[in-house]
Amino acid sequence: MGEEPSIWEYFTRNWSTGQPGSIDTLLGDHIVMSLLPIVAALAFAIPIGLACVRWRLLYQPTAGLVNIIYALPSLALFGVFLAVTGLSQATVIIPLTFYAVAVLVPAVVDGLRSVPEHVRQSAVAMGFTPLRRLTRVELPLAAPVVLAGLRVAAVSSISLVSVGALVGMGGLGYLFIRAWQIDYFAPAIVGIVGIVLLALIVDGILVVSQRLLTPWVRARRSG
Amino acid sequence: MITFDGVTKRYADGTVAVDDLHLEAPTGEITVFVGPSGCGKTTSLRMINRMIDATHGTISLDGVDVRTIDPPTLRRGIGYVIQQAGLFPHRTIVDNIATVPHLLGWSRKKARAHALELLDRVGLAPELAGRYPFQLSGGQQQRVGVARALAADPPVLLMDEPFSAVDPVVRTSLQDELLRLQAELNKTIVFVTHDIDEAIKLGDRVAVLRVGGRLAQVAAPAALLSAPADEFVAEFLGRDRGIRRLSFVSDASLRLRPDLTVPASSPVSEAAGRAASAQSPWLAVVDAGDRPLGWVNPAELPRDGTLEGVRLLPYGTFVHGRDSLRTALDAALLSPSGCAIAVAEDGGAVVGVATRESLDEALALAASDVGNGDPANG
Repeated sequence: MGEEPSIWEYFTRNWSTGQPGSIDTLLGDHIVMSLLPIVAALAFAIPIGLACVRWRLLYQPTAGLVNIIYALPSLALFGVFLAVTGLSQATVIIPLTFYAVAVLVPAVVDGLRSVPEHVRQSAVAMGFTPLRRLTRVELPLAAPVVLAGLRVAAVSSISLVSVGALVGMGGLGYLFIRAWQIDYFAPAIVGIVGIVLLALIVDGILVVSQRLLTPWVRARRSG
Repeated sequence: MITFDGVTKRYADGTVAVDDLHLEAPTGEITVFVGPSGCGKTTSLRMINRMIDATHGTISLDGVDVRTIDPPTLRRGIGYVIQQAGLFPHRTIVDNIATVPHLLGWSRKKARAHALELLDRVGLAPELAGRYPFQLSGGQQQRVGVARALAADPPVLLMDEPFSAVDPVVRTSLQDELLRLQAELNKTIVFVTHDIDEAIKLGDRVAVLRVGGRLAQVAAPAALLSAPADEFVAEFLGRDRGIRRLSFVSDASLRLRPDLTVPASSPVSEAAGRAASAQSPWLAVVDAGDRPLGWVNPAELPRDGTLEGVRLLPYGTFVHGRDSLRTALDAALLSPSGCAIAVAEDGGAVVGVATRESLDEALALAASDVGNGDPANG
């Protein structure tokens, strides 16, 4: 064994090698496996949340169920899906979608419930059709709360992907395994810094889009 | 005209919110639904635009049963103002006002231009157009609520306790503003309130409802005050019914005396002579423009000099030909002379003086009409 390279050297040497385990590929996988579940979860959580607000009795059982899913250890869940979907990204994406749904359903429900009753009533009285009321009044007003949930879901998803390394699909999490295998810490540091930076960037994008999408909330703070 | 024909609303649990309501809200008038909570006034209002559907009976708009019209279409043709204004927090003021025109498919430009006109019409500055609702005071928000309801120029306006969440001073100005707008627009307005004073001030007709959703009485405010149908209505109208009814009696029956004024420049001796010949201890002192300055009792003054610099006693005025007998009586009670000074609407010059004797005659005349349904000059 030669001299251990520095962290920076490890990073530049392994950035774009064209081999499996090249850092740029790992980063790309990581982004797909962490963010696809968020997008999918939002598509599930909005109708589920709407149903829970529309039929109040549905909310308690649904909330219980999503909490139980959230409590399941991710590694166990990845193991289960490994048997179903094999060594593919779906093995990580599907469980992470569950977790994100578990975070987003309460956010959607709370967001919709935060719409003041007099605002809802006046939308009805002015002749909004139910669909138009939903898309033009209720969902826009629920957006700040939903976006707050989306930030939590996105950051936790980015962090959880690395656990997938233990079933062979972990994006940047692979670097932790690599560090263990070669008994040398540089890859682990690169992995940690990469994941944290990715989380910060995604969170920043969500904060900026929140400001752009909900100008009336910002105006309220400064006003 | 809005017609309630045997309208009943019974909920699934058996509660009856509105019970066999027969009522007409005439075109171009303000009809007020008033009553204690649980009397079904809001339910009745919401059945007009089908936010609630009646269990029995028919509500028709100019003869058309509202249940034959698709709810969103019906509602776009009826303005609606709600208690806390119900403005959309995520839309600017101008976009809030343009809501219904937008739903009706007007072009964005036309809807906004019209919204700006309405902003002006309800007495708000154009700078507010780009703000968000929370940046406005409660009173301003409520004005925006009215502008929004008027945006598509609907013939009918429903108002559900629109002014009850603002302080009394703002409420009074909003009420005055509504009456001013109504004088220009002549909408058919149904107004719900629990405040009988508001009902009497705004209503052309007032419908008093009792708990359980039964109509107790519907009448013009003055008639309601002079001839309540039963104990419940009398109690709901509260104290001072007689005095409040005077608000609807004009001052036309007041005999005014033109000989009880004296210019401030007059010598005291001349004032004393005038008082003696008028057989009144009191004279109203006026300035060079005939505007009132106060009362004097010349007999109590030293006989030298003029009335300039003499301490004058407080006075009360009412506008001749515009104010009610109640205002005149109030003005009389604000002066030690016991007399009210009538002034002209333009310029405020004294027209004459209503003495205690003439007030007494006018009050007696007003009282003689009580129970006839319609008061004198009402």
